[in-house]
Amino acid sequence: MRTLQRRLIDWIEHRTGLETAVKNFLFEEIPASSGWRQVFGSVALFLFLLQAFSGLLLAFNYAPTPGEAYNSVKYIVAELTGGRLIRGLHHWGASMMIVVVVLHMIQVFIYGAYKKPREATWMVGVTLLLLTLAYGLTGYLLPWDNRAYWGTVVATQIASKAPLVGPYLMRLLGSDDGSIGVVTFARFFALHVLLLPPVTTLLIAFHVYLVRKHGVAPAPGETRPSKKFFPEQVFKDTLAIFAAFAAVFVMAVTVKVPLERLADPTDTNYIPRPDWYFLFLFETLKFFEGSLEVFGSVILPGLALVALFLVPFMDRGIAKTLRQRTVAISLVALAAIGWTGLTVTAIVTTPKSTAPAGDFAAAAVQEWQQLSPGELAGIFYFRQEHCSSCHNLGGGVSKAGPDLANSPTRRPPSWLMEFFKNPPRLIPGTPMPPVRLNDIQLTALVAFLMKLTPESAPALENTPTEAGRGAMVFQENECGNCHLANGSGTKVGPTLNGISLRRSREWIEEQVRNPKAHLPETMMSPYNLDPRDMEHLIFYLLSLPEE
Amino acid sequence: MNRRTFYLTCIHGIWVLIGLALAVPAAIYLLWPPRPKKVSNWIEAGSVTQLQVKTPEEFVFRRNRVDGWKVTSEKTTAWVVKTAENHVIAFSPQCPHLGCAYHWNSKNQEFLCPCHASTFSLEGAVLTGPAPRALDRFDVRVEADRLLLGAIHKSEEAS
Repeated sequence: MRTLQRRLIDWIEHRTGLETAVKNFLFEEIPASSGWRQVFGSVALFLFLLQAFSGLLLAFNYAPTPGEAYNSVKYIVAELTGGRLIRGLHHWGASMMIVVVVLHMIQVFIYGAYKKPREATWMVGVTLLLLTLAYGLTGYLLPWDNRAYWGTVVATQIASKAPLVGPYLMRLLGSDDGSIGVVTFARFFALHVLLLPPVTTLLIAFHVYLVRKHGVAPAPGETRPSKKFFPEQVFKDTLAIFAAFAAVFVMAVTVKVPLERLADPTDTNYIPRPDWYFLFLFETLKFFEGSLEVFGSVILPGLALVALFLVPFMDRGIAKTLRQRTVAISLVALAAIGWTGLTVTAIVTTPKSTAPAGDFAAAAVQEWQQLSPGELAGIFYFRQEHCSSCHNLGGGVSKAGPDLANSPTRRPPSWLMEFFKNPPRLIPGTPMPPVRLNDIQLTALVAFLMKLTPESAPALENTPTEAGRGAMVFQENECGNCHLANGSGTKVGPTLNGISLRRSREWIEEQVRNPKAHLPETMMSPYNLDPRDMEHLIFYLLSLPEE
Repeated sequence: MNRRTFYLTCIHGIWVLIGLALAVPAAIYLLWPPRPKKVSNWIEAGSVTQLQVKTPEEFVFRRNRVDGWKVTSEKTTAWVVKTAENHVIAFSPQCPHLGCAYHWNSKNQEFLCPCHASTFSLEGAVLTGPAPRALDRFDVRVEADRLLLGAIHKSEEAS
């Protein structure tokens, strides 16, 4: 057995030289002073591979177009076993990567390991840091939820303010007017998965080659004989890698990565925030107003970057021991204090959304929240009858039937009612099947269709399923016979708009089920709804905006 | 255990652990079937009132198909036969031989597949040709003259 393995290795070695290559790599001489502080580079490399691996797995189930992207991410986390973990690894791995890359740089900086002849290693390293941030920036958009959309709007707006190159940068990012759509999305996706990974791989290879060429930087005045990379340093690197991996894994299992609502460009109340590692830049911007803004958004960070690149040329003295590098250590301490201050301020000053019973109370009123119960129930019937199998609502791949939001002919409601009951009678030969709904339900469907315009359709299409169903329950139980909701119904009972500010979820449920429990004198009769109908009815009621 | 063996054991052990922690979830993620979406199994295919006894009709209807993160609605057909009053059966529209669409030949009172000339009786049994088994059937339910079709079941292999 032993000899068989030996012979196999010999065979491979003879043809490829792999064994020698691996041995040369592992038995590299490193200074005797090397130890725990040199582990960060290996950890960063491991995290890069982890990102590549988890990213590839995500890409197997990801549709890189807006809208579809959101649905596929939702599919990954909600329907695929292990999908939430894989997304968690990718998300938290990205944060960990930033932490480790920065620690790596701080270590090199305070020890002055960038000094001659290692200037190139340092500059390639700074480039790699920028690439890491570029992954964060481009990857942020890809889930296409509200957070992604608005965070990226801010980032591209900053890019557009760059002196001279701003407009060209915007064109490169696929956004001439500062808005974000399919082109920007495609550019970000291509950058994130097609351009950045091979460039990063090449630069990492170059970076490691340079480290090997010049050797690990020894401590000043090092006299002890050098040691081998394997096994002691490999052991330390492995342990550090394990610690980082375990932290990412635990985060991925325990902390849910947010997936907010589908990106909504009409949501005027959304408070966009970049990911935590960009918060300090975001906060810096607040110090500069008006025409000075470009100073905070582009010039200051730009100068800081140039300075970072040129560190090896500004500090050209001979290597000193750590104790004598007071300037470097003070600079790091200052930067750390500044960064922490800015980040904490950004977090503390983020306005909190204060939502009472209704999760909607603080949010902007959406288009669908202003529909009458009939119109909203129409959306439910529209979905129940799968009308979208044959009809678009304002654009999309062309389907068998006409686009209902963009139709050149607008039919009156009475015509539509007749048509739905028996399509061929009004349009002989039409492939449209009859809609099997009763008159009240058809009236609701028609009411919804009358609300459709090319402008309103996208927002109405995003109506939550619960709201549509809730409105349907509202209609079928004839709640409107006694209550006003969005101006429709009668005023026998209390108006239901703004109920989320007055009553809790539980109170409403009790009231529907057993009205006399709260109000012994009430005329309202009890409704015995099934739990799902009840849940959706309450969802709908809480979504009614305050008048 | 000397220091070197300790290092080697730790290095190998940790890498095996990391490898497993990644490979097992990845395999589950790729191989485990997705949690089923709630799509009703019963689809209304049409009304049975106009059906004549022993005269098959081709019903065209739409059914929802779950395709990853999308639910697509697609056109489907079924051959529906009223074998007797109060008894309706429905066949999958594909020949059990190689999946061609067959049709009803009213002259010979049999289903005829145009690909390899398999013929089937009104009850779906193989009369002639290479078809390996009888026509596959839908689960059928009739509620107030509405025909509801469920899952398709493979018919027994012909012995």
